[in-house]
Amino acid sequence: MTALADYNFAYLDEQTKRMIRRAILKAIAIPGYQVPFASREMPMPYGWGTGGVQVTASILGPHDVLKVIDQGADDTTNAVSIRAFFQKVANVAVTTKTSEATIIQTRHRIPEETLGVNQVLVYQVPIPEPLRFLEPRETETRQMHALEEYGLMHVKLYEDIARHGRIATTYAYPVKVAGRYVMDPSPTPKFDNPKMNQSAALQLFGAGREKRIYAVPPYTDVVSLDFEDHPFEVQTFEKPCALCGARHVYLDEVVLDDKGGRMFVCSDTDFCETRREEGHRGEMLGDIKEAAE
Amino acid sequence: MVATATLLPGFADPVFDAQAVFRAAMDALARPGTIQQIGCPLTPPKGLCAASAALMLTLCDYDTPVYLSAALAQGVVPGWLGFHAGAKITSDKSTCAFAFFEKGSTLPAFGHFSQGTQDYPDRSTTIILEVASLEGGARLSLSGPGINGATEIAPLGLPATFLDQWRVNRALFPRGIDLILTCSNRLIGLPRTVNIKALEG
Ligand SMILES: [Zn+2]
Repeated sequence: MTALADYNFAYLDEQTKRMIRRAILKAIAIPGYQVPFASREMPMPYGWGTGGVQVTASILGPHDVLKVIDQGADDTTNAVSIRAFFQKVANVAVTTKTSEATIIQTRHRIPEETLGVNQVLVYQVPIPEPLRFLEPRETETRQMHALEEYGLMHVKLYEDIARHGRIATTYAYPVKVAGRYVMDPSPTPKFDNPKMNQSAALQLFGAGREKRIYAVPPYTDVVSLDFEDHPFEVQTFEKPCALCGARHVYLDEVVLDDKGGRMFVCSDTDFCETRREEGHRGEMLGDIKEAAE
Repeated sequence: MVATATLLPGFADPVFDAQAVFRAAMDALARPGTIQQIGCPLTPPKGLCAASAALMLTLCDYDTPVYLSAALAQGVVPGWLGFHAGAKITSDKSTCAFAFFEKGSTLPAFGHFSQGTQDYPDRSTTIILEVASLEGGARLSLSGPGINGATEIAPLGLPATFLDQWRVNRALFPRGIDLILTCSNRLIGLPRTVNIKALEG
């Protein structure tokens, strides 16, 4: 990373940015369709969100405020590295506060706080093709999207029901965008799927290794696939967050000791901290009454 | 030899101006009906408004064949575009990535442009059309992705057949052209997903 000072603003050269920007505009015009793009080598390994990083680098300007999360947290290695990268190559303002960010790059979560019209959510995507695990051949999956032939996907979900009595998929749960394309929402928990629907924010998806960009414009229908007799349902948690008392949020299990002690806390660390700053207290912090909202 | 001394400059700051113009274009297409503004100063070559010229510099390069209206093709625009963006001019509407039309020019039917394929609907033309004004014309109701319910625009100077042509274009989805209306330093994005209806009065 020592030679980064020699690179262009936001690392990518202008020709690459133009190519990615054109792909983003097409992605917005064809919601849920995966636009091929010529992904570039980035100074970080695949799996570290090189697709999301390229999208962010292509849209980012000097007036933006960037937030980067990984599994809901701003302080994991992946999030810290990407945030530091953009501070270095773009000298951009950064934040951990969801409400202050104009661009939020994410791996595996959508913030709990409702996003607004002045925000762009950039997803890091490992496998953009929702049909890939059913059909390995790109020519075939492309044809299925072209013909809107999504029967195989429904068969797969229905096999889940036959085997488990319910749809067992909990991550990367497939959605239909604007009534046309079936799309992989990236490996977010299905808990987050409803947040994609009719969001005021623009949602952009970048897959570096697979060289695909796709988008969900603001105020667009995003419907999780399901069946009349087995409607889509999000995960529910028995107890509120042990730290801030929040209900109806996505919780992570935290092991407290080696005697089986554990607690469930918000996966969205900014959301949890903000609530605690506002005086909310969960079970672990003493005031259980706060949990009963 | 092109007389470069007579060429107008491009962006004062190619990196940051292109980024700002792109964000205006991105917001315009992500939020159809909103009027976006080009903030950077740019003296466009004769025949183009500032917004069309800024979009040209921001989006076109040697990977994107550009179609120009007859009047634009005969003027100073090809030299300016070639010098600043390295873009190739094409006379083939059916393969161009971008097509530019000045105010009052005759717009060919959308069907003449590239509409992408069912497999690759992204391989389609984006048309940049300068109009007399983005406001003050007949009221049009817009709905579709990017729009919270419905919104209105009233551009002045659209071709008489516009609504019929747009209906055909909309029905081709996921194929189809995308349209950006420009005037002075402002623009409105109309991606292929937008439903457009005439409003009374
Ligand atoms: Zn919490």
